[in-house]
Amino acid sequence: MVLTEEMAERYSRHFVLKEIGVSGQKKLLQAKVLVIGAGGLGSAALMYLAAAGTGVVGIADFDRVSLSNLQRQVIHSSGDVGVDKTLSAEKFISRLNPDVRVILHNAKMTVDNIQNVISGYDFILDCTDSFESKFLINDACVLFKKPYSHAGIVRFEGQIMTYVPEKGPCLRCLLGGVPPRDGSITCSSAGVLGAAAGVMGSLQAIEAVKYILDIGDLLVGRVLRFDALKMQFSAFDFPKSDSGCAVCGANPQIRSLADNRAEYEGTGCM
Amino acid sequence: MVKVNGVQLNIDGKTIAEYIKTTQYDIRRIAVERNGNIVPKSEYDKVVLKEGDSLEVVGFVGGG
Ligand SMILES: [Zn+2]
Repeated sequence: MVLTEEMAERYSRHFVLKEIGVSGQKKLLQAKVLVIGAGGLGSAALMYLAAAGTGVVGIADFDRVSLSNLQRQVIHSSGDVGVDKTLSAEKFISRLNPDVRVILHNAKMTVDNIQNVISGYDFILDCTDSFESKFLINDACVLFKKPYSHAGIVRFEGQIMTYVPEKGPCLRCLLGGVPPRDGSITCSSAGVLGAAAGVMGSLQAIEAVKYILDIGDLLVGRVLRFDALKMQFSAFDFPKSDSGCAVCGANPQIRSLADNRAEYEGTGCM
Repeated sequence: MVKVNGVQLNIDGKTIAEYIKTTQYDIRRIAVERNGNIVPKSEYDKVVLKEGDSLEVVGFVGGG
């Protein structure tokens, strides 16, 4: 792959980093990263992945932009209200960086379509807003051996961890399964500080770039928690998978997504 | 004494579930590791904490 003069200038601050350089930039320009959910986490993640020159950026979402999204979902603008989030995000990315090819998946991820969607990507970001969707993505990534980065954000707090097949625990190892719904914390009624969602989404983009470039230490076997009120990051080490995990354990009960359909089809509000 | 997220607490003899009930954690949305091993949810009310145990407890949120 030959970089154009314009690329050389656009990515010059990457070239001077010894961990990236010209060869790393070429890797990024050939990488395919999927972002599921173009909301608060996904906005920041998509913007930074696009700016970094990720060759193919997939966007999966089925929702339309509403005015109440714009306080945190900064990839969308006032003029996009009513437009599909995938289209709105694509518009932003094409203005930011024409080197990026955007692929739109304008659908809710389900047991039936997720394998097909994730199969073409090198790395996946879970930027969805319900545990049902997060477990669907987790189990799909375990079953189809895809690396991905999980994150969640509510109010002023969030967490992030990364799963790489065979390298560490999955979300189900840690949490067991979709937690029962708490009436007081639903996604439409819970508040969230926009910039806090941006912090977590930016961290997910960092994980994707590091995975593609094979640099540094990923959050594999490690949960990083962010508390914006205390302004504290805390890391929790979970180095070992749970051998009894229902999806990645020694004797998994979940051998196909269809086996476990009901758990993914809760009343998610994404 | 039991070390929880790096802090020594006098909770020997309690089960993990009993300890969590004394905290702000939502027991349905946490991951717990004891002495380097993940504790499955089904064992929170069976595992009794002993002198010298080390626990990591982390809460998860589901928004996006
Ligand atoms: Zn697992």
